[in-house]
Amino acid sequence: MIFNIPFIAVAALILIGLYAIIFRRNLIKMVIGITLIESGVNLFLITLGYREGSVAPIFTSLPTGTTVPEGMAFPVPQALTLTSIVIGVAVLALMLSLIIHIYRHYGTLDVRKIGGGEE
Amino acid sequence: MNIVDFLLQHSPALIVAIPLLGAFLTPLVSRLNDKARNIFVILTLGLTTSIVFLLASDVFAGNIHTYAFGSQDLALPIVRILFEVDAMSAFMTIIGTILALVSVIYSWAFIKENTGLDKYYTLILLMTAGMFGMMLTGDMFNFFVFLEITSIASCALIAFWTNKGKAVEAGFKYIVISTIGALFILFAIALLYGQYNALNIATLASVIQFSFLDKIALVLLIAALAMKAGIVPMHMWLPDAYGRAPAPVTIILIGATQASLYGVFRVCFTLYGNTINLTPVSIGWILVLLGLITMLLGVAMALIQSDFKRLIAFSAVAEIGYMFLGVGAGLTVLGNTEMMAAIGSSAMSGGVFHIMNDALDVGLLFLVAGAVYYATRETSLDKLGGLARNMKYTTVFFIIGLLAVSGMPPMNGFASKLLIYESTFQLNPILSIVAILSSIMLLAVFVKVFHSAFLGPALPKFKDVKEVPKSMLIAMGIIASIIIVFGLFPELIVSNIVEPAVNALISYGDYIREVIPTFTGGM
Repeated sequence: MIFNIPFIAVAALILIGLYAIIFRRNLIKMVIGITLIESGVNLFLITLGYREGSVAPIFTSLPTGTTVPEGMAFPVPQALTLTSIVIGVAVLALMLSLIIHIYRHYGTLDVRKIGGGEE
Repeated sequence: MNIVDFLLQHSPALIVAIPLLGAFLTPLVSRLNDKARNIFVILTLGLTTSIVFLLASDVFAGNIHTYAFGSQDLALPIVRILFEVDAMSAFMTIIGTILALVSVIYSWAFIKENTGLDKYYTLILLMTAGMFGMMLTGDMFNFFVFLEITSIASCALIAFWTNKGKAVEAGFKYIVISTIGALFILFAIALLYGQYNALNIATLASVIQFSFLDKIALVLLIAALAMKAGIVPMHMWLPDAYGRAPAPVTIILIGATQASLYGVFRVCFTLYGNTINLTPVSIGWILVLLGLITMLLGVAMALIQSDFKRLIAFSAVAEIGYMFLGVGAGLTVLGNTEMMAAIGSSAMSGGVFHIMNDALDVGLLFLVAGAVYYATRETSLDKLGGLARNMKYTTVFFIIGLLAVSGMPPMNGFASKLLIYESTFQLNPILSIVAILSSIMLLAVFVKVFHSAFLGPALPKFKDVKEVPKSMLIAMGIIASIIIVFGLFPELIVSNIVEPAVNALISYGDYIREVIPTFTGGM
């Protein structure tokens, strides 16, 4: 059970994020929801990085008796997570800058009130 | 080694690298002057186009190209990213490169009066690079990265006219949809990696078991990619995005949408090729059903639109339904050699051929709508009228697009739709009846547009409207001539380009054996 906690956290983060995107009216809160989903997916990737019985792939501090490279966890998920975080920052910045433009046009962040009227 | 062999060997990398490098050089070049920048961008994409055709001609001759970034050693499968180009990828890159080249030629005059053009061209090149990356890559995570590059660049371009509130709103809608979609794709990739320790499509396909987690991953991948491809009921972003973006952006956006469509096909046919028909209800039938709903709803919504570009956007939704119908019909009989030869391969030829035809037809219509907007500053069909008097060439191009999109002979739309009608009729007559019905309704939609925008009495406020500048006419002319050539010689295109692409999808074993030589399954 205790080892499943990361996966439960992943599911909780993604569900809370989806709830925020679907039911919240405020654009900023929707963006926070997207960020939560992203954190959930990143946490999932990191959790997958651990393989039972293997050690962290740091060559300089390997425990004695480790077979190289079979005894080490392959550091691919960490690389994927870093890429995903970088992409997430770019998307977040773009979404927030669009929200600034939307606020200038409509004077509100409520999704029910934006989008109406003539151009 | 001569220069052509060298280019051919490195072409998968160059096709992505040239637009990417060009994108970051564009702001520097635009310091010189505007004309130099436009020529630089057109030359960049022209060079890319020639390399695409060089690669495609070799791939259509039967060679699958692989290109490894990083370790060339097969024993370490993860320490590299692999590009793998089969005929389907090559087919998609040809579509993408035509659309991108036409878009920048069209942009020369269309977008001239706007500011921030160095950023505009940078984003166009980035979007093109991302699109090519999605089509060429053989690695799931790499696919996700290129998907995000394309989404970010296209979102910024959809919201290019930031002085219009609705354009910004459409851009925001697009980025929210595509980010959520991309995150679920990443989640599915993580599910696959966790089980099989691999990210390469071919490696994954050779070991996939179709366990419970694989099914979840399949659903997530298809749902997210279909959302990005604009399938009903996940189409709500598409009319906004297509309708509000500047016309030359819309035409590349069609290419980006079809890259997601390519993702759906790659996942269904290659990644899950061995196992997809183990389910009691074939995934193919789900695709066919989605295709039918998409066609009917797209056309029905197009009938009631009064905005020129939104109307075309809804008909673009309907057109995507045809591709899903054709290729989905092929997927239902995947693995069954007899049925595949009788029905599947011609249905898929129709579906795959229609990908190219849709890009050209709908693209041409969007360019015409952009030209009308450029000349009159008006997109509402209620206020337009009598434009045929002042804009002769544009009217001719619109007629060509109209006939092509509604599947009338002798245009290219007819050729691919006929293939779809014939083959799906044998599968189930209702499928082809619905397809023909929506095609007829599409004709009704566009005859209405033709009448209200181009015919009718001359309106006094459009008295001074002039024909659009040359660069826009050239761009529309290129597409129109391709449409007519394809319509007159469909057999040539089908046997030389489309059938290799369809065979590449069907015989997924070859794609896998290129990386895993010991793989034995597949047709």
